[in-house]
Order: sequence, then C-alpha cells, then structure tokens
Amino acid sequence: MLDTNLAKFETLPNRPGVGYKPQHFADIMEDAGAVEWLEVHAENYMGDGGRPLAQLRHLAEQFPISVHGVGLSIGGNDPLDVDHLKRLKHLCDWLNPASFSEHLAWSTHDGAYLNDLIALPYTEATVSSVADHVAQVQDVLGRKMLLENPSSYLAFAESTLSEVDFLAEVVKRTGCGLLLDINNVFISANNLKIGAIDYIDAFPLEHVGEFHLGGHDEDVDDAGEVLLIDSHGREVVDPVWALFDYTLGKSGPRPTLIEWDANVPPWPELAAEATRATQILDKVTS
Amino acid sequence: MSVKQSDFKNAIFDAGLPVPNGLCNPDGAPAQKRFSVYRNNVAVSLSEALEVTFPVVRTLVGDEFFKAMAGVFLRQHAPSSPVLMRYGAQMPAFLDSFEPVAHLGYLPDVARIELALTRSYHAADTMPIDPQVLQSIAPDDLLLARLHLAPSVHLIRSNWPAASLYHANSTPNATPPVMQAEDVLITRPEYDPAVTALPAGGGAFVAALLIGTPLGEALKTASAASDDFDFTTVLGLLLAGGALIKVEEHQKG
Repeated sequence: MLDTNLAKFETLPNRPGVGYKPQHFADIMEDAGAVEWLEVHAENYMGDGGRPLAQLRHLAEQFPISVHGVGLSIGGNDPLDVDHLKRLKHLCDWLNPASFSEHLAWSTHDGAYLNDLIALPYTEATVSSVADHVAQVQDVLGRKMLLENPSSYLAFAESTLSEVDFLAEVVKRTGCGLLLDINNVFISANNLKIGAIDYIDAFPLEHVGEFHLGGHDEDVDDAGEVLLIDSHGREVVDPVWALFDYTLGKSGPRPTLIEWDANVPPWPELAAEATRATQILDKVTS
Repeated sequence: MSVKQSDFKNAIFDAGLPVPNGLCNPDGAPAQKRFSVYRNNVAVSLSEALEVTFPVVRTLVGDEFFKAMAGVFLRQHAPSSPVLMRYGAQMPAFLDSFEPVAHLGYLPDVARIELALTRSYHAADTMPIDPQVLQSIAPDDLLLARLHLAPSVHLIRSNWPAASLYHANSTPNATPPVMQAEDVLITRPEYDPAVTALPAGGGAFVAALLIGTPLGEALKTASAASDDFDFTTVLGLLLAGGALIKVEEHQKG
C-alpha cells in the first residue's frame, strides 16, 4: 500500500479527540485547537489508495490515531468474516494505530451486512461466543482491543446477565480493554429503565481505555415512553456531560472522543465540544 | 425463547414479518416500535450509502423516487461486506430490469460511470510515466510494446451520451447532451477522478490497451473502429489523466 512504519504514537493521550471527517482535513492541519487525537472508522480506509489513505498518512504523522471498527459483527452468531479481519490487519499493520476498538453488537448475518450495530442477548452462550471472537481478533491483529458498550432500544427476554457483568466477563476471559460510551449508557438507561449511575458504579472502570461522547435524538415508543436514538447527529446534551463528569470523578482522566457522524458541523463547532471535554478532564487531572 | 439472528435480519428487511418473539419493551410487553428503530436505521443508512455512490442517478430520477428505488434495491442486494465503498455493484443490472425506469435507457450507464468513479477514487496510487519515455523508444519497438494503464482507469462504452449526461447533471453550465453513443474514460490525475468522452476510435483503443494488446495492434483496432481515430489526441488525454504507468517493451527472442 503506502510506506510502512507510521509508529509515531504508541498510546492515546488522556485528552480529547474527535471522530475524523474528511471535510475537516484542512482545518485540523491548520489549527486542531483542543483536539489532540483522531479516531477513524476502519471500513472507510479499506481502499487501495487515493485521497483517504493519503490524508490518513498525513494525520498519523501529527496525531495519535484510534482505529474504530464498525463492521466485524463480534456479537454475531456466525463465525467472524476472515476476509474482513484480514483487511483490518492490513490497515493496522500499516498504520500501527495507538488504539483499536470494536463494538459489542452484531451487524452481519448469513453474508448480509446491515450497517447498524444490533444488540444481542446476554447469556452464558453469547458471552462464550463474544469472548471467542474477541480473542480471535486480538490474535489476528496481534494487539489488545477495546470493546464498546452498545446503545439498546429493546430488551431480550432470554438475557440472564447484565450488560456490565457480560462485559466484565469478556475482559476476564480475553484480557481485552473496554471503550465506555457515556452517551450509550445514557440512551440504554433511559430506554431499558435502568439507572445510569448504577451502571457506571458497577462498571469495571479500571479496564476503560477510552470514553465516547456523542449526541442522540428523541422519539417515543408505542406506550408513549421516551425512546432515545443513537444518532451522532448533534451536540452532546448536558445530562450526558454530567454523567461523563461523574464517571471521570471515579475513573480519572482517559482518552475522550467526541463523535459527530451525521449532520457534521463546521470544524469550530466540533472543536468547541472538545474544549468542553478538556474542561472536565482538567478538573480530574490536576 | 431464544431470538435467532436470521429471524431478526429477515424482520428488519421485511416490515410485513412479525417482530421476533422474545424482544421486549422494558415493561416486558413485546417490542413493536422499538424494533422499527432497527428497520429504519438499516434502510436509511444503506439508502444513504447508495446516495453517496450514485448522486447523478439520484438527480436524474429525483430524490423521492431514488429513496423508494434504493429501498427495493437494498432488499434485493444487501451489502456482502462492511466495506460500503464497494456497495452497489449490482446497481446497473438492477436498473436494466427495474420496470419503473425502463424509459430511462441511459440510467444503467450513468450508474456504471458512478461506480467506476468510486472505484477509481479508492484505487491504488501509481506513478505516471514521463512522456519522454515514449520518445526514447524506437518507433518499431514502441509498436510492439504494451502500455500499462493505472488501476484508477476505467472505460464505459455506452450507446448513450452517458458522459455528457453525467456532466449535464453534475456540473453547472455543462454542454447539453446530444443523442449519440459515447465511450467514457475515467482517469484519476492525483486524487480526483475525471470523466471524459473519448473521441472517435478512442474507446476501441483504450479497450485494447486495457486487455494488454501491444500498441501497434491497438492502433489498428482503433483505426478499424473509426476512420477519424486520432492517436495524438487520445494519447494526450491519457497522459493528462496520469493514466499511463508503464511501457513494457517486447522481449526479443
């Protein structure tokens, strides 16, 4: 592909980063503001060349990069797609990112990719299958991965484990780290009527290698209950910032990402969200 | 009570199917609208992926029609991998047989151009040859040589004015299309792919190069295809597009 050995940054700093959007390339190279690292969706960089990979190479010279996969379907019943795993390995071997993360969700079944992160039941059977998949990913990539908590819209009657216990068990079996999406906790807590604070209090924060913060939309279900939708299409709302503040008080500072994937705003608006994260990170750093 | 992912997937793509048993609201009631979040996310996100790849097809049929058509397409052709830059390869064939657009005969070729543009955008980086190289080879040897084209180069041979239609619906003040067949060349000078209608014989010439025909034979093919074939013009287009990446001289026995 391109020249190898971009191993400039070995870890993500405990500072704000943002999800990289190509329309912000020039702004970031000129003045990244409070943004100290960038996250890219792995699947957008699986071409053979051209501008996406050229931009990524430039960015990787100046910023630690987190590669965030959205398509492995780790929570799928089917075996992992080994071709896709090879593509991920190819990207990670070239870029040598400071972090690699994926989701506790499924997105592919019977060869069809659904382009959404779909929830799974939490049972003894699924914890084994997810742990096997995570171990396979870490084995093929030759690196530790972070597993992200999903946003949930509905519950599975068959679940026997809480999400936190499920994640803790996967960590125990595989040695993986966790990516804690605070917005997803807020969404799932509302949608499944569990306590967001209880979730954070139970969470194994010592294994968290990264936080995500993002925006969500509001809808209602058939019973007229508020249903929050994980849209990443607007600013982070105040109650999510408050939950982040609470979590950081317990965990200490960690790399913190602002996600804004739909209705992408001009760079200053996104950078302002990173500045807001800085203020909270600074409180617990000093 | 265990929910099968195959039932989940089938119900996402077919709103006529019931929501799988075992999916609940927080009060334990069977999920209905909550399941439709997934139906909506999948349909909207795949439809948007198609809009990104086929903006001119969308312009030609209108936004509302495109969304409805994308809904039909994505249910027949779900992506086979998470790499969505490769999604939509079946679109030209789909348009060929999709009755509501049967009167827009040129639509499949416009879709072929847009697919080729995406492939070209993500193609491997290559170094164009220095045009001097062509002059440094003795004419007889050059005729036996094979000219290698960059992986970003594509050719669409259309019975319609596909390149002109593409430009007229993507560029302000473009020349209106004239009803004629067009051979469409896609090149990628640096990072941005470009769409060019080739002059007479150019399609036959580029098609010959793409399958590894030596230059002399490719020239004969092009001249046979059109008396007006002009090598200098087509060579100029290829050089300007950074399309020539290697001259492979014939190995003398």
